[in-house]
Amino acid sequence: MTVQPAMPKCWRPESKPHKFCPGCGHGLVLKALGEAIDELGIQDRVVFGCDIGCSLLAWDFFNVDSIQTHHGRTTPVMVGIKRANPDLICIAYMGDGGGYAIGSQHLVNSASRNEKITVLLALNTVYAMTGGQMAPTTMPDQKAETSPYGRDPEESGYPTQGPEMVAAIAREGSYVARGTTVNMRQLKSYIKKALENQMEGNGFSFVEALAGCPTNWRTNAEKTWNFLQKDMPKYFKVGELKDPGANEKEGQ
Amino acid sequence: MSEKLITEEKRVFMTGNEVVAWAAVAAGAEIMYGYPITPQNEIMHYWTRLAPKYDRKFLQTEDELSAGFTTIGGVMAGRKSFTATAGPGNTLMQEPLSMAEAMRLPVVTVVQQRGGPSTATVIYSQQEVTLTTFGGNGEGMRVVYSTATHQELFDYTIKSFNVAWKYRFPTFVLGDGYQAKMRESLTLYDPEQKGVDFVPAERFVGKPGTPGVDREPGHYRNTYNVEEELYDVLQEHFADYKKMAEEVVEYDAFDTEDADVVVVSHGVVSRGAKEAVERMRKEGKKVGYFRPITLRPMPEKQLKEVADKAKKLLVVESAQGQFAKLIKDVIYGSTTEIVPLFKPGVGITTEEITAKTKEIL
Repeated sequence: MTVQPAMPKCWRPESKPHKFCPGCGHGLVLKALGEAIDELGIQDRVVFGCDIGCSLLAWDFFNVDSIQTHHGRTTPVMVGIKRANPDLICIAYMGDGGGYAIGSQHLVNSASRNEKITVLLALNTVYAMTGGQMAPTTMPDQKAETSPYGRDPEESGYPTQGPEMVAAIAREGSYVARGTTVNMRQLKSYIKKALENQMEGNGFSFVEALAGCPTNWRTNAEKTWNFLQKDMPKYFKVGELKDPGANEKEGQ
Repeated sequence: MSEKLITEEKRVFMTGNEVVAWAAVAAGAEIMYGYPITPQNEIMHYWTRLAPKYDRKFLQTEDELSAGFTTIGGVMAGRKSFTATAGPGNTLMQEPLSMAEAMRLPVVTVVQQRGGPSTATVIYSQQEVTLTTFGGNGEGMRVVYSTATHQELFDYTIKSFNVAWKYRFPTFVLGDGYQAKMRESLTLYDPEQKGVDFVPAERFVGKPGTPGVDREPGHYRNTYNVEEELYDVLQEHFADYKKMAEEVVEYDAFDTEDADVVVVSHGVVSRGAKEAVERMRKEGKKVGYFRPITLRPMPEKQLKEVADKAKKLLVVESAQGQFAKLIKDVIYGSTTEIVPLFKPGVGITTEEITAKTKEIL
């Protein structure tokens, strides 16, 4: 008999098993998010917004109020809610295409306005739902449907470094980190800090999570793990870039 | 701090944009999300001056996409929310508005039409009729009021919030740059004193209780798995829209009973049309006047009756037939000739309408 690991309390059992592909990183990111929501006891205050792309499959993932929006537009919907009802904890969940390409103006301006929301972005280096096209975050030489011979940085630039960009424009009081589904304990702690930052009204909070996409990477378990653990961190350094809590401690 | 803006009726002399801001406050709008574009800017200017005095909020966003989607957020949080735009901004606004249409969100949008296509002019047109009535990748499930006077800007801005929250279709006040910038006299009033019952806003998200424990979670989406699933949802929308149409359709008409030529127009152009018809009637000419106030839904039955009686319809608009297309659609089957007087992006005078009417009489 296999023992099933316990689901986070705020997960919606009726919509499980979830709709993501086997080996997909979304389930892990949403597990970390679910556990963070449970530990903070905010299930009754959370509004979860999901984007277009694979993230939309999470529209009924949680037993929390949830809104599936348009590609790149989850951030402004969550901003609109937060502005209208600051008591709610607003989480905008999206992929790297939604956050760094079609919705980049919303991410940048929400960060610079220091909106009191949390953006959680799953990075898998491809547009997954549409069939594996090149994303802003596709690695140099990585093959994708619209870069079949590998991404040529001369032609299409280098991968977008999201947390670094957000950290550069976000004000003091914002929380910015990059976690990975390779280190779930750390990822959960980052998401938890991001949510706490919103709850305390400090400012914008942003967590990017490196996530696997074996379907579009066309990788088996071993190669998926290698790409996530070894290749991606070459460009995407895991760690905290802005942490109001840490600054406070340093000042003491 | 949050006393009423208008406690008794008073005559004022204001620009249309100022009127819209006052009307939104009087209507109980709680938050405006906006992005600058001429000729709607002063709606934001007056709103931001009034807002803190009456506990209202404002957010200036990074573009119209964001203005539309934050307005959606405001609505889903259960606040009466609105935005205002024009021209290329209206083009961008169609993306969030298609989501509002899909999810039956009571978003109120004020459009002050400017010249088109593209950047064109910042001044005036009636060229955003197609975009406002049928924009986005949807079926035009919207309510659109085309106003002609500052009094109407005040009345219909107030009405829009009620209609939006009652029927849950995105609702528009379609003005134009002339109405926006011109000063005119009107009477301001407190809607509640006039017997207007405010339809209360309701929360889509953040209702009391823990989802999954005390209540079902609100799970809102605009994506469907299969064709039939979408089809069924849309059939409900169409049925609701049809039912609503009978209740919200508005128009203005006179002297159509025995008219050989009926002048059909909307918005600010209808002021010239009205005067032209009145003058010609005094001269004994058999002319009539018809003006849909709601461009979505159209007063189909009334327009069809008028078309069937008249010998000719003179359709007058500051666009190259956008309004005429709406007319043709609803009077399909009528053999009455339609004569166009189209001046895209340009105002149309009483004299021009009179001359054209006499020419075809």
